[in-house]
Amino acid sequence: MSEFLSAGAGRLTWRRLVSVMAICLAATTLIAVLAPLLGTVSDRSGWHLDVLSPRALTGDAADHAILWVRLPRVLAALVVGAAFAGAGCALQALLRNPLAEPFTLGISSGASLAAVLAIRLGVERVFGSAGIGGAALIGAGGTLVIVWRLARIGKHLPPATLVLAGVTMAMFCSSASVLIQYTSDFTDVNHMLQWMIGGMETVRMVTVAYAAIPIGAALIVLVVYARELNALAAGTDVAASLGVAVGRTQLVIFATASLLVGAAIAVCGPIGFIGLVVPHALRALLGPDHRLLLPASILGGGAVLAVFDTLARTVIPLHHLPTGAVTAVLGVPVFVVILVGEKQRALLWGRA
Amino acid sequence: MAWLQLHDVAVALGDRDVVRGVSAEVSAGELVVIVGPNGAGKTTLLRATAGLIAPRTGQIRVLGHDPLRAPRRVIARELAYLPQSYELAFPFAVEEVVLLGRYARQRGLGLASPEDLDAAARAMAACDVTHLATRRFDKLSGGEARRVIVAQALCQGARCLLLDEPTAGLDPAHARAIFAMLRAQCDAGAAAIVVTHDLDLALRHGGSMWLVADGQLAARGTPADVLASEATRAAFGLAIHVGALPSGAAFAVPA
Repeated sequence: MSEFLSAGAGRLTWRRLVSVMAICLAATTLIAVLAPLLGTVSDRSGWHLDVLSPRALTGDAADHAILWVRLPRVLAALVVGAAFAGAGCALQALLRNPLAEPFTLGISSGASLAAVLAIRLGVERVFGSAGIGGAALIGAGGTLVIVWRLARIGKHLPPATLVLAGVTMAMFCSSASVLIQYTSDFTDVNHMLQWMIGGMETVRMVTVAYAAIPIGAALIVLVVYARELNALAAGTDVAASLGVAVGRTQLVIFATASLLVGAAIAVCGPIGFIGLVVPHALRALLGPDHRLLLPASILGGGAVLAVFDTLARTVIPLHHLPTGAVTAVLGVPVFVVILVGEKQRALLWGRA
Repeated sequence: MAWLQLHDVAVALGDRDVVRGVSAEVSAGELVVIVGPNGAGKTTLLRATAGLIAPRTGQIRVLGHDPLRAPRRVIARELAYLPQSYELAFPFAVEEVVLLGRYARQRGLGLASPEDLDAAARAMAACDVTHLATRRFDKLSGGEARRVIVAQALCQGARCLLLDEPTAGLDPAHARAIFAMLRAQCDAGAAAIVVTHDLDLALRHGGSMWLVADGQLAARGTPADVLASEATRAAFGLAIHVGALPSGAAFAVPA
């Protein structure tokens, strides 16, 4: 990457902002166009990778139909990946902790518990799969309120108590999910497991369309707050004395991030590591300025999840691997590298 | 009208009044230095004045605004606060850290305008950190980092400066330069309250001195008078000797 684009290029300029955004947009568009063209098919000679011609995007009827089968899944990956990465990036800034993400705050576990409960109670038979998604959204919101109330001290929301409250809730929700599974029949358990791993197999176009509206709006709100997130990197006292309305900013970011996570989980279940890995990798590449990092993470999150999801449905013949598992398996090694980096950072700070 | 007004202020941390019965004023052009033993309530008094912690009783005004109720952006244009400790969560470059000081004067994306860059350049020059502009903040030495955040506070362009130990960790030359710079700011019309343990610099550059002991303003006056007072001896548990060097410059040492 050329020198002026990368981290260490100094203060943000229009030239750098426009250039980086153009590159991210171009890369994401390329992936969005290529991903639905890729797939697997089987015929008498066995299975093989099936690459549609780009003409499928406009014309050829047979290819066009296959494209329309794959498209919702790719669009879902783009929207959901953007939501997880945007929320993760904002939460890392809010909590001043590069390891923070929707999962450490209990939001994802709360959504999973609500979905598992909904499956156990047979909600799906009444409301269809939208019922499970709706339950997940309610679970995410409910967990947010509990974590918020647990963590708040007066008007402040100290990062340490917030993470503690989040992890505590996450433990409670995962254990409760396990107990519910133990009391369920085999079909339900299978369904629950499938849902908890996270995947795009059953996503329909109408779901993506409904989810894209709140997710798009929430991502815009986060980008509007990018400058406040920069100031919060120096702590709440400094941010307040620089002129940031700290209480309002914390509330807006936390609520918006939770809406993003809730809506994303409602679409495809809890998919881990996008919210953690994408912002962290881009911070290393582009530097910490959220006016650049946040929109880049949003585009990058969508692109990366679309790539993982394409791998999930093409890498093993005729087996669509669960996207959530593929993402986590590829995400964990990156997480380990981040932890090592954190130790190095602690050593650097330890000198002071 | 005094720019900073404190009337019968008490601040509680938990159940304990850490600051009590403080009434004082600071006007344009004044450089007030606060001295006192560790844990006397100096930082709490400064944070309350900046509107970062609510007083239990009493009234605080910053250029007529109640710093707790006025929008933070309005207060930030009038008052800059330098905390005692400062930890940046992400590896920003020095120039970016200084430019964060312009938050309250920017709109929209807040990409640095020519005025912002000019303010940042002047603040960095005043704190001798211009040569560090492109360095990563987290790679600086303690003293260098301290000078960078003093520059951030200056870059805010506020008329009132509240600085909590701005010279902690600085070498003698840079510590003296920071105080001389603050003196120049106040001579040019700013008002400053500076908490410090550097008694020599407080003596030489301070316009007036407040001794904070056990949460109260135990003495007020010229630095030489306050340092030599019985109240100071009682607060620190040792007497401070105020003298003059052959050159005529004043100095203060524990006797």
